[in-house]
Amino acid sequence: MRPTRSVSGRGWRYVSPLLLFTIFFFFVPFVFIVIMSTWSRVDGAILRTWNLDNYIAFFTTPHLRVALWNSVSITATVTVVSVLLAYPFAWFIAMRVPTRWQRLALVLAIVPFWTSYVVRSYAWLLVLAKNGMLNKTLMALHLVDAPLEIAATRIATVTGFVHFFVMLLTLTIYANLRQLSPNYARAAADLGAGPVAIFRHVILPLSLPGIVVGAFLTFVLCIGDYITPQILGGGNELVLPQVIMLQIGRRADFPTAASLSVILMCVVTLAYLASARWLKLERA
Amino acid sequence: MSALLNRLAPLYAAFIYAFIYLPVGVLVLFSFQGGRFPILPFNGPSLKWYREVLADEDLVEAMINSLFVAVGSSAVAVILGFLAAYGLARYLLPARGLQRALLTAPLTVSYLVIGLGLLMLFNQLGVPRSLLTIGIGHVVLNAPLCFAILYSQMGDHQANAERAARDLGAGEWQLLCLVSVPMLAPSILASYLLSMTFSWDEFIVAFLLSRFDVTLPVEIFSMLRSGLNPKTNAAGSLVFLLTLGAVILAELFIFRRATRRGRA
Repeated sequence: MRPTRSVSGRGWRYVSPLLLFTIFFFFVPFVFIVIMSTWSRVDGAILRTWNLDNYIAFFTTPHLRVALWNSVSITATVTVVSVLLAYPFAWFIAMRVPTRWQRLALVLAIVPFWTSYVVRSYAWLLVLAKNGMLNKTLMALHLVDAPLEIAATRIATVTGFVHFFVMLLTLTIYANLRQLSPNYARAAADLGAGPVAIFRHVILPLSLPGIVVGAFLTFVLCIGDYITPQILGGGNELVLPQVIMLQIGRRADFPTAASLSVILMCVVTLAYLASARWLKLERA
Repeated sequence: MSALLNRLAPLYAAFIYAFIYLPVGVLVLFSFQGGRFPILPFNGPSLKWYREVLADEDLVEAMINSLFVAVGSSAVAVILGFLAAYGLARYLLPARGLQRALLTAPLTVSYLVIGLGLLMLFNQLGVPRSLLTIGIGHVVLNAPLCFAILYSQMGDHQANAERAARDLGAGEWQLLCLVSVPMLAPSILASYLLSMTFSWDEFIVAFLLSRFDVTLPVEIFSMLRSGLNPKTNAAGSLVFLLTLGAVILAELFIFRRATRRGRA
């Protein structure tokens, strides 16, 4: 796709609207967040002097550190569980379902995508609440005597997240598995490998890059999300986005919210560097 | 081992399907609940909660607001994205890699952080929060996506057609409207519809940048304060049905036709 014209004056006319829009409504606010994170809020007014107090406060205030830890541990759990659940499912659709039915199988697996994002978390609350579907069923079957406390714990948050990311990862892993030529598996079989050996030594290593990309996407979308932990997890174990929203809503403490956002972005960047490095090592 | 696997695999797939459909099934089932709580035992079916949803002016208004924001912000996002993709693909501009990186940078940042930055910017400038500020937020989220999709679709055969049109004396404006846009119409439509679904369903930016006029996800979120309620089930099921219907219609009437024409 080589450019055909070298009259760059005209080219600018096309690019500049989006470029200016992005600079004004994305980069300016972004820089503003970083600057705001070095200000502080004293007696209801914002004090515009540069300092690192917000960051020092982050590392010395237990409940803020705990929020970061909750975010990272919940996100890591969600990523691992989602990959483990989605991979065999995607494998089944790609390898065991007849080709002409695969599209239908895949579309059926993502229909609940189209429920609204807020509604999806609420729907899990219907299942997991103290008097919800799950507890009523378990008690009717006499499997438990008292209702399980699942709603408003991290188990509920993880369940809600895993539900969404299993759908997403099934799509990405399926696409990845379909790209693999069946000849690799055939060659391994000719050389005497059984089905388990073929999977372990051929299919799985070849599909790992796709898993890493999907896992990174899961990590980024999960760690920045407010709705699922807010609706399903409640206020017992706050995650970072919930704490950020509390700073804005209850106290209008924008400097603290800004510094927490910067920390959130740093965590995402670290995850990006880790997965990019892993992919590069794998390719080398 | 292999035989065991063959037997277990469909069972496992059935389990995952059940897991995927469980919350949606419960949501829709109890939207027809007769009593006051969306919990077992089910005593329906009744349509009274749907009547309540349609009689709820705030909810209907939020739905119209959402549609308005989705239609408008997606149009702006697609136009800005298309122009930038066209400019970068067809003209030799300095620092093209850097420009591409700048234009797609918003895709890598959490919606929460983008919303927070815009909220602080608008506060600083004294811009009141309204549907317009939500719309601007949604353009920030969706324009990079439209740009990335359309840039990847700018192929050589379109460039050749454009060169031919130019040789035949087409002006810049004619070239764009009569050659480039029609040739990319399926991708333009696809990115428009994708932006619309994202905007229609977006919560956090709309929540941060709205004040009196809210969008549908924000209104539904405020309904959750009343706890488990069959009315919320009915509203959620209705939105699900609307979205699914729109997706199926788009698939049947736009993309099916486009691929058939592409094959012919």
